[in-house]
Amino acid sequence: MAIIRWRPEADVFSQWERMQHDMAGMLAASRPWAGGDEATFRPEVYPALNIYDDGETFVVRAEVPGVDPKNIEVEATGDTLTIRGERVLPEPGANASYHRRERDSGQFRRSFTMPKPIDNTKVIAGCVNGVLELRLPYAEEAKRRKITVKAL
Amino acid sequence: MATTDKRELEVTEKKPIEASGGEPTRQGITYTPQVDIVEDPNAITVYADLPGVKRDDLVIDVREGVLWLTATVGAHPDHWQPVHREYQEGGYERRFSLGDRIDTEKISAKLENGVLALVLPKAEAQKPRKISIA
Repeated sequence: MAIIRWRPEADVFSQWERMQHDMAGMLAASRPWAGGDEATFRPEVYPALNIYDDGETFVVRAEVPGVDPKNIEVEATGDTLTIRGERVLPEPGANASYHRRERDSGQFRRSFTMPKPIDNTKVIAGCVNGVLELRLPYAEEAKRRKITVKAL
Repeated sequence: MATTDKRELEVTEKKPIEASGGEPTRQGITYTPQVDIVEDPNAITVYADLPGVKRDDLVIDVREGVLWLTATVGAHPDHWQPVHREYQEGGYERRFSLGDRIDTEKISAKLENGVLALVLPKAEAQKPRKISIA
C-alpha cells in the first residue's frame, strides 16, 4: 500500500474518504470478482489478474514478465489463493549507464478468494512466456449435477 | 506486506498506443511495452517486457536506421468465460532509432520469461579505444 504523508491541515473528511477508498481497494483486491461480471478494475496490488471460468475449472492468469518461475510461490488455503514472488532484474555492469528505466524490480504478494469452492488439492500452476496461469477445478460440491426425478 | 525492506512491486497500467492520424491497421489493442535501455562500452541492450508473447509471434526488424519491435498475443480460448478482468490482452509495438553507431548485422535477441533482451553491438568505429602515445 502507498505511504501517504500525514498532513494535519487536511480535513478529517478527506481522510475518511481516503480510508474508505483504501478499504474498498483492499476488498476488491481480495475478492476481485465481487465487482460484477467482467468489471474492469485497476488493482493496486501486483500482479494484475484475469479470471476465467470454463464451466469446470477457474483459470487465473497474471502477467509477470521477468519473474523467474522459481521465484513464484502459490499457496491455497480453502478457496483463498496467495501468490508471492520477487522480480529480480539483471544488474548492469560497472561501465553501464541507463538511457531509459521503465521496469521495476521488487517483491509482490497477492491473496484472493475464488467465487466458488475449489478443490485445492488439484490446483495446477504454470508459467509460460511471462504469464502465470493457475487452474483451479471446482470442488465436487460446487459442480453442476443432474438429479434424476423419481416418483416419491 | 513484504517481510524485508525490499521494495514492493506495484501494478503499472499498460499503455495502449493511440492511433495517430489514421485508422489502426490491425485489430485489437496494441500496447507500448515497458523497456530498460542500458549502454556499456560495447553495446546497447534493450530489455522489453512482452508478457504472453511467443517467439514466433515476435518480429524484430531494422529499416532505415529504425528498429521495429512488433508482437502479437493470442486471445484466451473462446470457451473461457471471463469472470474478472484487470488487464487486456493485446499486442506490443515500439520503435527505436539506432543512428549509425550500431552494427545492425550483429544484433542478437533472446526471449525469456516474457522479457526480450536485445543486444545492439556498437560499430567498431564507435567503441572507445585507448590510444597509446609514442
